[in-house]
Amino acid sequence: MSEHFEPVIIGFTCNWCSYRAADLAGTARLKYAPNVRLVRLMCSGRLDPTFVMKALSDGADGVLITGCHPGECHYVEQNYKTLRRYLLLRRLLQGMGIAPERVKLVWASAAEGAKLANEINSFVEEVRALGPLGWPQKLAGNVKEVEVAA
Amino acid sequence: MSTNNGKPKVGVYVCHCGTNIAHTVDVEQVRDWAAQALGAEGVVIARDYKFMCSSPGQELIEKDIKELGLERVVVAACSPHLHEMTFRNASKRAGLNPYLTELASIREQVSWVHTDKGLATEKAKAVVAGAVERVVKNEPLDEIKVPIHPATLVVGGGITGIQAALEIANAGYKVYLVEREPSIGGHMAQFDKTFPTLDCAACILTPRMFETGMHPNIELLTWSEVTQVAGYVGNFTVTIKKKPRYLKEELCTGCRICVEKCPKKVIDHVYEAGIGYRKAIYTSSAQAVPKFPVIDTANCNFFQKGTCKVCEKSCPTNAIDYEQKEQFLKVDVGNIILATGYDLFDARRVSNYGYGRLANVFTSIEFERMCNAAGPTSGKIVLRDGQTTPKTVGIIHCVGSRDRNYNNYCSSICCMQSLKFAHLVKERTGATVYDFYIDMRTPMKSYDEFYQRVLEEGTLFVRGKVAQVSDAARNAQEEGKLIIQVEDTLVGKQRRIPVDMVILSTGMQPRHDAKEVGKLFGIGCSSDGWFTEKHAKLDPVATMTEGVLIAGTAAGPKDIPASVAQGSAAAARVLNLIMRHEVTLEPIKAIIKQWQCSGCRICNGLCPFNAISFRAERRVSEINPALCQGCGTCVAACPAGAISGSGFSNDQILAQIDGLLMDVNPVSA
Repeated sequence: MSEHFEPVIIGFTCNWCSYRAADLAGTARLKYAPNVRLVRLMCSGRLDPTFVMKALSDGADGVLITGCHPGECHYVEQNYKTLRRYLLLRRLLQGMGIAPERVKLVWASAAEGAKLANEINSFVEEVRALGPLGWPQKLAGNVKEVEVAA
Repeated sequence: MSTNNGKPKVGVYVCHCGTNIAHTVDVEQVRDWAAQALGAEGVVIARDYKFMCSSPGQELIEKDIKELGLERVVVAACSPHLHEMTFRNASKRAGLNPYLTELASIREQVSWVHTDKGLATEKAKAVVAGAVERVVKNEPLDEIKVPIHPATLVVGGGITGIQAALEIANAGYKVYLVEREPSIGGHMAQFDKTFPTLDCAACILTPRMFETGMHPNIELLTWSEVTQVAGYVGNFTVTIKKKPRYLKEELCTGCRICVEKCPKKVIDHVYEAGIGYRKAIYTSSAQAVPKFPVIDTANCNFFQKGTCKVCEKSCPTNAIDYEQKEQFLKVDVGNIILATGYDLFDARRVSNYGYGRLANVFTSIEFERMCNAAGPTSGKIVLRDGQTTPKTVGIIHCVGSRDRNYNNYCSSICCMQSLKFAHLVKERTGATVYDFYIDMRTPMKSYDEFYQRVLEEGTLFVRGKVAQVSDAARNAQEEGKLIIQVEDTLVGKQRRIPVDMVILSTGMQPRHDAKEVGKLFGIGCSSDGWFTEKHAKLDPVATMTEGVLIAGTAAGPKDIPASVAQGSAAAARVLNLIMRHEVTLEPIKAIIKQWQCSGCRICNGLCPFNAISFRAERRVSEINPALCQGCGTCVAACPAGAISGSGFSNDQILAQIDGLLMDVNPVSA
């Protein structure tokens, strides 16, 4: 593990709450770690678990999923479905030998720019403590080994 | 088609936003990087400009689309919530489908929130790469247009619903006004005076009620409830249950002889707030609109015991019909306004204030009825015995509001309501009035002046939250009184103040069935239980469901002027749609590819808008595009990948992830 490990994190945001919270954090000039790159979805319910696997396998060290608070979903109740999928996804990751702590679900309303900024900062530290995932490198390495063995 | 490496030609435009972006992001570096590193992804031109959103900035894009034949555009600038429409329109003017333009937010998400220019520039590149990869996968989309039915459903006949109904009806359009009580008028019809002008509530409300009842464009459906809502903006079909009144409305003249003759007296818990009586056949008041009485079967001698029929015998027009059954009506409307109002906080829950246990503790609505000249005491302010005039009265603010044990929010009307009570007690009894407040909130027009007036009238204000109201006397002075125990926070000591009467200024609560009603109409409630507006500041009467609007206290505590303003605002929104004849819907929708659908029906239960239906004859599911709100939950759930989400397709999102991680993924890089 490198001493100055800077994790790369993909953040999925809901168009109506957490994406606006990110906008608000910007408007308020709050400062947070530059390690998170955001993807806007219309709803956290749009989050196909494949997106998380894709991000991790493409080189992300962690994935942050954000949505509206329970009871405040823009689409009535879709964030509850996100919660269900999230819990299942964590079990799947564990089964694959990936620390489930690399994926985190956070609720942030459009008014909670400061909360989102804090959550991003603490998640960056949590992933930093876990170290790099390095999925693409490991995958490339494995492929090489197989090639040698063949 | 394109000869650009098999990829569509992409133009990238990086905005300086004055120094807003350029201060923290090396804009020129991002531009040059995009032109070189993203060339293989389809980028044929990358430019930077001081203000992309300015006219010359937009013209730059339009010119390139025309001259270079750009097929996709990425603008790296501010949040799409600010200028997505601006740049989509610029593309449209140059002949490019607007949905082939993407914004990369390098201001809100990069320059404003980061400090290290090197790191910020690297992140900006990743964000731009994500947008480029995504836009390549964008598909041209067409806006969806649907016609608007000119009729409107207003649910709730309080002052808000009345206002909304009259605005629309006066503009010449049909309104169905549904009210579940026998008469319209709502809470306001129960009040005596209204703050801060002290207009008599009936004097200003009843003309509106009659106008509503007589209006040729308003179909009044009282003693009725909505049971089913189908359809979407512009095209709703609503089922309304008309509960039986047990009389033929077409024959009833509203003479009220039946009410007079009815031998059964019942405590009226609704209109008279439990301190007055009505008959088993009744109208809420003499000024009820409509004028038709209803029979309360749970208390009617005939319905309970099989004998009596006094109303039938006394009716001069033979209007009574004991056989009447409930009816279900189906109406077509284009828009729906929910003005379902509030419930009063149940003061019994604050047991230390003794309501329900100590006779002379009253709630605000009981006091309203007492003050009302048409109420049970004919407007006389008296103790529970019905005759003794109080010499000392204590008024307690914030009962059930601003309290972690009950409701956190401020009910917004209680301060002014309490001041009004203080004035009325002074005026009518000359009693000493104590007013216990936490903070005095009188922010609207002429409200603080009213507070000054009540101060000058000699009401004694005590700043502090009352701990307890009890009848346990500690000395002769307290004997036979109600003792209010309070910390006077301005003096800094505990006080015990003996009074004859206590009025609890009870707060507002969401309707007990707000959640179910919300579900019926496809809208949500906040964690407090009030209906959620589309935007708390900029779109307060719209909801997430197009065509369903909210107004008045259904969306949160409000006083009469604010409720009326919202009633008018919702009506203006509806008229806006009606007069356009059709509405344009964002083409962000889920679509089921019929040939891939296995008919498993997993998606069917996931849609809160009932947009997905199963076609049994073809064994596939189908999405109604007008009902679909575009959340994409079903897209993520389909095990066959048969559902695609336009605007947010799997291809688009996966490509964006690729782009965002281009710098760290040695395989895709």
